Amino acid sequence: MSAPLDIEGPAAPPRSNGELVFAEPWESRAFGMAVTLYDAGVFTWPEFQAALIARITTWEAAGEGEPYSYYGLWLAALEDVLTSVRAVSTDEVITRARSLAQRPPGHDH
Amino acid sequence: MTTTAGSAERLPPALRTEALEQLLTERGLIDPKAMNGLITTYETNIGPLNGAKVVARAWTDPEYRRRLLEDGTAAIDELGFGGFQGEHIVVVENTATSHNVVVCTLCSCYPWPVLGLPPSWYKDPAYRARVVKEPRAVLSEMGLELADDVRITVHDSTSEVRWLVLPEQPPGTEHLTEEELVPLVTRDAMVGVAKVAAP
Repeated sequence: MSAPLDIEGPAAPPRSNGELVFAEPWESRAFGMAVTLYDAGVFTWPEFQAALIARITTWEAAGEGEPYSYYGLWLAALEDVLTSVRAVSTDEVITRARSLAQRPPGHDH
Repeated sequence: MTTTAGSAERLPPALRTEALEQLLTERGLIDPKAMNGLITTYETNIGPLNGAKVVARAWTDPEYRRRLLEDGTAAIDELGFGGFQGEHIVVVENTATSHNVVVCTLCSCYPWPVLGLPPSWYKDPAYRARVVKEPRAVLSEMGLELADDVRITVHDSTSEVRWLVLPEQPPGTEHLTEEELVPLVTRDAMVGVAKVAAP
């Protein structure tokens, strides 16, 4: 129950207490995309926030099942908003992701 | 191509993120290089250091402290910190008898311009749910034991109001300068889940 709280050790100076905010590189990209698109006016922050809250609420209501991934829900919320403003649809993302999955192993990022 | 929600969920998020980034780049909606700069800024520059400067100023300048508690947004702006998501920051003061702790029960609202990105536990459902119901127990688990006569107030952040805790200055540090105090102030203390320790 308290496992996620335990990772936080004793207080450390500000420059070193920024624990790993992003567990994996894609999380920072998902974060960066949302902030960049907000800055560019593609959607408003309340629109994104409402989508994120909706995703989190849905996850919580589902109970057992998918393990909690904050940035997973963040990414889903971002796709929701981009679909609703007709910038990029979830279907397009899935199609592209599937074609990326076809790349041979060892492809250069 | 037909897709179902079930099969879509099984795509690894890294792949999905890459696909989205490609599509947005092709449509001129994002510039990956500019985005790199933005991520670095949030990860390294904004950080809790800005908040620490605010706290150290308040500890050493009673006039500033008064302004900070009266209008957090304006006083923080005086030091040049403001902008994204940080429009309404309310600062609450921890004392020997009163302790404040911050949570966002809905999602993860957080005063980014002063505290940088929220730590993982702040976004965790367990913290968000439990700190409201049993703050003393949660704080104790995080290493902060508060006496029974200390009143705990839990502040729920929203998209309109972001809370910043002004921690107590640790005893024995009164002779330190503002610059010497800055490195003592931790993010956790400014969320209210820790106290500031003397050096």
